[in-house]
Amino acid sequence: MKGENNIRLLSGNHAVSWGVKLARPQVAPLYPITPQTPILEKLTEFHSRGELDAELLTPESEHSAMSACVAASLTGARVFTATSSQGLLLMHELLHYASGARAPIVMFNVNRTPGSPWAFWPDQIDSLSQRDTGWIKMYSESPQESLDTVIQAFRISEKLSLPLMISHDAFYVSHAVEPVALPQQEQVDSFLPAYKPELRLDTSLGQSFGAPIDQATWNRSRRETAAAMARVENEVLETGKAWGELTGRSYAALEHYRTEGAGVVIVTMGSMCGTVRDAVDALREQGSAVGLLKVRQFRPLPVQTLRNSLAGIPCALVLDRNYSPGMGGILHQELKSALFAMDDAPRVHGFLTGVGGVNVASMKIQQLVTEYADAEPSVDSVWVE
Amino acid sequence: MDMIDYPDGEQFSPGHVACAGCAEALSLRVILNTIGPDAIGVVPPSCTAVICGGYPLSSVSIPVQHTTLENAAASASGIKRSLNAMGKPDTTVVCLAGDGGTYDIGLQALSSAAERNEDILYVCFDNEGYMNTGGQKSSSTPLNAITGSTPAGKLSRKKNLVEILAAHRIPYIATCSPAHLSDMSAKIKKAESIRGTKVIIVIIPCLPGWGVADDAAVKTARMAVDSGVFPLYEVEDGVDYTMTINTRNQAVNAYLKQQKRFRHLSDADISDIQADVDWGWEYLLDRAGK
Ligand SMILES: Cc1ncc(C[n+]2csc(CCOP(=O)(O)OP(=O)(O)O)c2C)c(N)n1
Ligand code: SF4
Ligand SMILES: [Mg+2]
Repeated sequence: MKGENNIRLLSGNHAVSWGVKLARPQVAPLYPITPQTPILEKLTEFHSRGELDAELLTPESEHSAMSACVAASLTGARVFTATSSQGLLLMHELLHYASGARAPIVMFNVNRTPGSPWAFWPDQIDSLSQRDTGWIKMYSESPQESLDTVIQAFRISEKLSLPLMISHDAFYVSHAVEPVALPQQEQVDSFLPAYKPELRLDTSLGQSFGAPIDQATWNRSRRETAAAMARVENEVLETGKAWGELTGRSYAALEHYRTEGAGVVIVTMGSMCGTVRDAVDALREQGSAVGLLKVRQFRPLPVQTLRNSLAGIPCALVLDRNYSPGMGGILHQELKSALFAMDDAPRVHGFLTGVGGVNVASMKIQQLVTEYADAEPSVDSVWVE
Repeated sequence: MDMIDYPDGEQFSPGHVACAGCAEALSLRVILNTIGPDAIGVVPPSCTAVICGGYPLSSVSIPVQHTTLENAAASASGIKRSLNAMGKPDTTVVCLAGDGGTYDIGLQALSSAAERNEDILYVCFDNEGYMNTGGQKSSSTPLNAITGSTPAGKLSRKKNLVEILAAHRIPYIATCSPAHLSDMSAKIKKAESIRGTKVIIVIIPCLPGWGVADDAAVKTARMAVDSGVFPLYEVEDGVDYTMTINTRNQAVNAYLKQQKRFRHLSDADISDIQADVDWGWEYLLDRAGK
C-alpha cells in the first residue's frame, strides 16, 4: 500500500476515532451511548494527550450535541459528532435543521435497535428512519472502510455543503477488531484541504442564517438541496478514486462483488455484505452464478447506477437488516422504486433478515438464493427465521 | 448513632445483576419496601434499569415503565394523570433515575414537572457519572474526577441540583446516603405524605466508576457524609432548610484518597476541594440557621 506502513488492530469504533483525528475537526460535541461510546472515549483520550487539537464539548443530550454541531459549522469550523439509536432519534429535529442550513457536519452513527423494548443489537432502522432529513447517508462494512469513509466524508460534505452521516452496524463492525491500515497525517492533509466556507457567522461579514422566509424561498432552498444531492454520487466516486490513488483502496457509491454473468445478485448494506461475500464464494464454488451489489451510498440513492447495474440480471434478492412496520424492508422498497418501469429489470425479492440483530448465517443466504432464484417475487418483504 | 430501622419485605428480590457490593441495589431495596406495593415505577436507562431486570425477569415487584433517558419526569406525569383519571390518585408514581437522566438530559422534563408541581416522587441515584455506558462524566461529576470522557480530570464543578430544584419551590427535596438507611426510609415516608413534586437524591459510590473496593460502597458513602462532601439535608417549599446531620468529623482527604478517580490529585488540588466543601457546608448551615 502506498505510503502506508502503519497497520494496527482496531475495532470499527476506534478506526473511526483514528480517521476523525487524522481529518482534524475543529469542534466535536459528543454524547455517550452504547455502542458508540468507544468513539467518544478514544477521541477524548487523543484530546487529553494533545494529539487532537479540537474543541471537545460534552453537552447534556444529543439534541444539544447536534445543536452545537450546526452552530459551530455555521461559524466556519470543521465539525464531527457520533451517536447511535436513541441519540440519533433525539437529534431528529436538528438533522432537518442541519441540512436545511447546509451545514457540512460529519456524523458517525452506530446502528442499534431503538426502544421500546430496550436492546443494543445491530439493526439499521435508527439511521434509515432518518432517511428524509436531507443528509448524505453512507453505510460501512468494516473497520477499514469506516476509517477511510470518515476521512472522505469531510471532503464530500464540505465540497457540497451537505451534512453526511456514515453508519456501521453495532458490534459486528463497531466492536469487531481487524487489522486497519492507518494513512499518514501528511497524506490526509494533502487529501483534505482545510475548511474555509465563504458564508459563515462572522462579525466581519454580517450574514445571518435561518431567518423566516416565504413559501417560494423555502421551496427554492429545497431545490438547491436537490441540485447538491444530484452531485453527490459523482463526488463520492471522485473522492473514492482520489483516496484510492493515495492508499490503494478505492470506493464508489455501489460496489460489485463477483457480479459478472450473475443470474442472481444479492443487494444489501453494512455488515451483512461480509457474510454475503462468503455465501457468494460458496455458491460460485458450487457453480451458481451469484454476486453481491453493495449499497455504500444510500442517500442520495444512486438510482441510475442501480438500474445500470441490475439491467438484464434475472433475479435480485434484497436483504434488509431493518423493518419499516406496514411496508417491510426499506432497501427493498427503495430498490423496487429505483427499478420502476425498466423493461429488463430483475425479479426483486425482499427479505427481512437480521431484524433486531439476529444472526444471518452464510448458509441461510445460500438457501434463500437456491429457494428464490427462479420463484415469482411477492411485492411484500418476506420475514426470514 | 444510626439505628438500622427500615421496613424490609417483598418489593425487591435477590438475583439481580448489579455489581456485587453496589449500594444502589441496597438503596433500591429500602426505598421500594418503604413505598410498598401501591406504586408504579418509571425507570430511564441507567444502572437501575439493569438492576430492575432484563426480560423476562424482574427484581422489583411493582410494575415499571422502562422509559427513555430524557423523559422520566414527563412519563411519571403521564402515569399520574392517567391514574387520577381512573380514580386512583393515591398510587405512588416513583421515578428511579440516574444522575445523567436527572442532572443532564432529563433536567428539562424534571423542571417542567416541578413547575407544574406534579404529584410524583423522583429518586435520583447519584453515582456522579454515566455508569451504564461505562463511566463518562455527567454534570454531577465532581471537579477533577477522572471519567471516560474526562481522562485528565473534569474541569468544572458538580452541578448543585438541590439549589436548582429549590428555586422551583417544590414541597420537598432531600439528600440520602446508603450509609444512613433509616434516614433514607424516613425521608421516603415523609415525601410520600406530601402531595406535589418530591425529589430525593441518593449518593451512590460506584465501585468501578469511582474505583473503590467491592466492599467499600457503604463506607465511602459514609465518608462523603462525614466529610461534608455530600451533606444530608432537606429543603421544604424551596426555602426551609434542615440539616439531617449538622456536624462534620473528617477532612475530604481520606474520602478522596481511597477513590481511583481522584488518585492523581495534588495536595493543592485537595486543599482547593476542601475549601469548596467548607464553603458549601457553611452556606448550608447558614441557610438552615444552624
Ligand atoms: C437519548 C439517549 N442518549 C444516550 C443514551 C445512552 N445511555 C444509556 S444510560 C446512559 C447513562 C445514564 O447515566 P445515569 O443517568 O447517571 O445512570 P447510571 O448509568 O449512572 O446509573 C446513557 C448515556 C440513551 N439511552 N438515550
Ligand atoms: S456500575 Fe456502579 S452504580 Fe452501577 S451497578 Fe455497578 S457499582 Fe452499582
Ligand atoms: Mg449515574
